[in-house]
Amino acid sequence: MAAYRSLRDLDWLMLFLVAALCGLGVLQIFSATYDTHYADAWWKQVIWIAAGFIAMWVATLIDYHTLLGQTPVLYILSVVTLIATYALGMSAFGSRRWIGTTSYHLQVSEFVKIVIVLLVARYVTELKTDQLQLSDLLKLGGLVGLPMVLVMLQPDLGTALTFLPALMAGVFLAGFRWQYAVAFFAIVAVVAPASYFFVLKDYQKARLISFIDPSQDPKGSGYQVIQSKIAVGSGALWGQGVTKGTQTQGRFLPVPHKDFIFSAFAEEHGFVGVIVALGMYFLLLMQIVENGQTAPDRAGMYVCLGIAAVLLFHVLVNVGMVVGRMPVTGIPLPLMSSGGSNIVAVFVMLGLVNNVRLRRFVN
Amino acid sequence: MKLRNDREHQQIATNELLRDDSKFASGKIAFFQYLMVAIFLFLITGFWDLQVRNPALYQERAMENSIKAIPVLAPRGKILDRDGRVIVDNHSSFTLYLSRENLKMEHLRPIAEGLNLDYDALVARVRRFKSRGEPQYHPIPIKEELTPAELAFVDSHKDENTFPELEVIHTQHRLYPRDGLAAHVIGYVGEVSESDLNTPEFARFHQGDIVGKDGIEREYNDVLTGTDGQRRVEVDSFGNERRVLSEDKESIPGRSLQLTIDLDLQAVAELTLENRRGAVVALDPRNGEVLAMVSRPAFDPNLFASRIRSKDWNDLVNNPAHPLMNRAIQAQQAPGSTFKPIMLLAGLETGAIDDSFHVNCPGGANFYGRFFKCWGKHGTVGIHEALVHSCDTFFYNVANRMDIDDIARYAEMVGYGHKTGIDLPHEAEGVVPSRKWKIRNFREKWYPGENISVGIGQGATTVTPLQMASAIGGIAVGGMWFQPHLIRDSVHLMPARRAEVNLDNIRKVKSGMYGVVNEGGTGVRAHIPGIDVCGKTGSAQLVSNDAIRAGFKQGKDMKDNAWFVGFAPCDAPEIVVATLFENGEHGQLAAPIVRDVIKAYFDKKARLAQPVPQIAALPPQILRPPAPVATPAVATATAGANP
Repeated sequence: MAAYRSLRDLDWLMLFLVAALCGLGVLQIFSATYDTHYADAWWKQVIWIAAGFIAMWVATLIDYHTLLGQTPVLYILSVVTLIATYALGMSAFGSRRWIGTTSYHLQVSEFVKIVIVLLVARYVTELKTDQLQLSDLLKLGGLVGLPMVLVMLQPDLGTALTFLPALMAGVFLAGFRWQYAVAFFAIVAVVAPASYFFVLKDYQKARLISFIDPSQDPKGSGYQVIQSKIAVGSGALWGQGVTKGTQTQGRFLPVPHKDFIFSAFAEEHGFVGVIVALGMYFLLLMQIVENGQTAPDRAGMYVCLGIAAVLLFHVLVNVGMVVGRMPVTGIPLPLMSSGGSNIVAVFVMLGLVNNVRLRRFVN
Repeated sequence: MKLRNDREHQQIATNELLRDDSKFASGKIAFFQYLMVAIFLFLITGFWDLQVRNPALYQERAMENSIKAIPVLAPRGKILDRDGRVIVDNHSSFTLYLSRENLKMEHLRPIAEGLNLDYDALVARVRRFKSRGEPQYHPIPIKEELTPAELAFVDSHKDENTFPELEVIHTQHRLYPRDGLAAHVIGYVGEVSESDLNTPEFARFHQGDIVGKDGIEREYNDVLTGTDGQRRVEVDSFGNERRVLSEDKESIPGRSLQLTIDLDLQAVAELTLENRRGAVVALDPRNGEVLAMVSRPAFDPNLFASRIRSKDWNDLVNNPAHPLMNRAIQAQQAPGSTFKPIMLLAGLETGAIDDSFHVNCPGGANFYGRFFKCWGKHGTVGIHEALVHSCDTFFYNVANRMDIDDIARYAEMVGYGHKTGIDLPHEAEGVVPSRKWKIRNFREKWYPGENISVGIGQGATTVTPLQMASAIGGIAVGGMWFQPHLIRDSVHLMPARRAEVNLDNIRKVKSGMYGVVNEGGTGVRAHIPGIDVCGKTGSAQLVSNDAIRAGFKQGKDMKDNAWFVGFAPCDAPEIVVATLFENGEHGQLAAPIVRDVIKAYFDKKARLAQPVPQIAALPPQILRPPAPVATPAVATATAGANP
C-alpha cells in the first residue's frame, strides 16, 4: 500500500493555503491579545496547529475505508461521550461543551462532526438505489439528529447546526425525490416558529432578534454585531494595521481572538486583507471539492464534499455574522479562530481529504 | 471497471457495496461549486458595503466609541498678601463627572444611591444641562471632593457594562483660610448660576464651571480663572485610558493676585473686633492701599469651595446678622460725630466760621423753635475744644450758619455720597443730603432746620466704614484722596483727587483730632505712647431723641452705633483706620480697636527695621547638646558607682 502513497501526491496547494490561513490567524490572535491576559493565546495556537498537522498526518495514513468501516463504533462512542459530557461535563461559558479537567479542554462536539461526515458518507455510499427512499431519509435523519439534539442540550446550537450541512450534502449528492424537499421545507416552516417559542432559550431568541434589528438592543446581544460592523467598517480599504485597530485594541469587539477574529482581521487589514483571506478560503474549499471529484470512489467523494460543506457552513455563518448578515451563533472560523479542539478537528478533516486524494490513483 | 471494483472490494472486506463511480454526481458538485461562489460573493458584498462604500461612517463611530475628550481643568490663581504670603491656595481633589455621550437616565438612580446624592436634584441637574444646549462633550460635574469610598464605588462601576458615563477628573479646589479670615475681601467661588450665564460678565463660561461669586474672587474672576485645556484620549470599552492622542489644548493656570492686604494687620483687626458686629478698614492714605478689611460676623468660604449644601446656604442667608454682607463697604450708617472734622473744615473753608468763633454750650441749644441736645455741658468752646470734646452745640451752630449745599459739597469732596471705586463688587454709596437730593427723593424742598442734625453727622447722612477711612485719610494727608484698592500694582486706578483746600485749615482739623486722643478728649483710649495718633469718635443714633421721648422701646438693635476713625502719625500719616461697631453704644468703645491695629502696624515696621538675628552666630552647644548629656544611662551608672 505504501507504494502509491508518496509525499508528492499530497495536496500541496491545500497545505500551503492551510498554513497561510493559520499564519494569518496566529498573527491576528497575537494582535488582538498581546496586551490582555490572553497574551499567551497566540503561542498556544501555534502548539495546537503543530498538533493539528500531526493529527492530519495520522488521519491521512489510516485508509479512509477503514475509518468508514469503523463508523458504527465511532458513532456509538460519540453518542456515549456526548451523553457523558452532558451528564458530568463542566460548565464553561455557561454551557457544557467541554470535557476535561486541565486547562486544555476537549470540545467533543467538534470531533463528533467528523464522525457525522463519515457516517453520512458511509450511509449514502451503501445505498442500493439511485435515490434516497423516505425510510433512508428518516433513518439517516434520526442517526444525525440524535447527536445534534445532545449537542443542542449542552446547549450549543451553533455547533449542532454544523452537523446539518454534512447531512444535507450527503442527501443532496445521493439524490432524493423533490417531493421530499418540499415536504421538508413545509415541516421546517411549521417547526421553526414553534421551536422559537418552545425550544430556543432566551439568549438564543435575543440573538435572533438582534440579528434582525441590532439597534433594538445596542448594549446586549446587538452590541456584538454593532461593534463588529463598526470594526469592519473602520478598517476601510487598507485596514488600520496590525495592533492598531481601535475596536480590537479597545476591546469593544467581543472575543476578538475567537468568534470575532475575522472582524478584528478586517479592521486591521481592511478590505484588501479580507479579499486575500476569503480568496484563500475559497481556493481551499475548491481544492477540497476537486479532491472529491477525483476521488476513487463514491465514499471518498462523499467524505470530501461533506467536509467541504461543513467548512463552507462555518465560513458562511462566522464571516456572515461579522458583517451582520448572519445571526450570532458562536461558531468559530476554521483555521483562524483561537481554540484547540476546532483546530485539531479541522486538521483531521483536511487529513481525510488528503487521505482520499492519496488513494485516487488506485492502479 | 469491474475488475478494479472487485479488487477494491477485497481491500474493504466489510463493505462490499461501496461503489467507485464517483463521477455520477458531477452535475451536483458543479452546483455545489456555484453555491460556493454565490456564498463568497454574498460575504464579500458585506465587506464591500462596510469597508468600501461607507467606511467613513464606521470610522466616525469607531472614534465615538474610543475617543474621549477629557477636560483638563486649569487651577485658579492663588491670592497672596502684600508680602507674598498665601491667603488662598488650591488643593487637589477628585471630581466626579457624568459624560454625556453615553449617559443613560435610568442609571441615575443607582448612581445617586451609590454616592449619597439626591436623586431628584441629580435628574434636575442633568435636565438643565440638556436644556441649555451645552456641547455633548461637555461633561456634567456631579460631586466634588470624592472620598476614598466614593472613588472605590466609581472605580468598580465605571466599566462598559455598568455605568460607563462615570468619569473622575482630577481638579483643584479652593482652600480658604480658616475662621473666615478676610472672607469678605476674598469672597468665594461657586458654580456659575443660570442667570449669571446670561450676563456678559460670565459669557465665557459654561454650565458647571466654577467662578468667583463675590469679593476679589469675583472682581478679578477673569484674572484668576485659568483656561481649561482638553485632553483627547483613546479609551477601551472599560473606560480605561489607553493612550493620550494629543495634548491639543493645554490648560493655562489662572494668574496669582497679590493683594494690598497685610495678613498681620488683618489678623490683628479680626482679633480685636472679636465677635462684635461691625467692620474695620485700614488704609494707607498715601496711596489708597487697603491694609486690612474686616467685617463681622464672617462666614467660612470653604463651604462654597465645593458645591454649597442648601442647608448651609439657607443658614447664611437667613441669619439675621447677615454674615455674607461685607459691612466695610456695604454698611451705610450715620457717621455721627466722626462727621465733625469735615464740618469744621467746611465751616472754615466757606468762611462760615473763623478761628475766633466760640460757642457757649449749656448742654444744648434752640434752633427753629426746637431744643437740640448736646451730650454734655461744655461751656465756652472754640474750634479746637469743640472737636476734642465733640461738642454738639458748637456744630449745631456751624451747620446753622451754612447752606446745606455747601455742607454737601464738602461731604462729597471727601468722598461721601458716591462709591470709592474699590475693586470689590456691590459697594454701597451712602447718602449725602442736599437740596437736590431732597427734591429727587421726597419731592420736597429743604428746610434750613434740617441743617442742624446734619452738623453732627445725623439726619439723612450715611457712610460706609471704607468711605470714612478714605475721607479722613485724605484730609490727613492734606486734601488728597486716592482710590482705595486691594490689588498691588493695579493699573486701573483713577488719579488721585486733590482738593483746593487751605492747608492751614486742615492743620487745625488735624490738631483737633490729635486732641481727641492725646488731650483728654473722647478718644483717649486710642492713645499709644510714642506714636502721634489722631482720631475722632462717633456715636450715631439709630433712633431720634424724639422717638425715644415718644416711648420707643430701646432694644439692643436700636443702641447707638459706635465709630472711631484714626490715623497716625499725625504729621505724615501712613495708616488710617475706621471702625464701625454696630450697637456699640459709644465711639469710645471702638477706639481700642483702631489703637490695636495702628499699634500692630508700627510694631511691625519697627520689627522689620531691626537687623535679623543670625542663626550661625548662636553658640554651637545650643544647636547640638554635648555628648555626655545625651547619654543619661552612662551618667546614672556613674552616679550609682559613686554615691
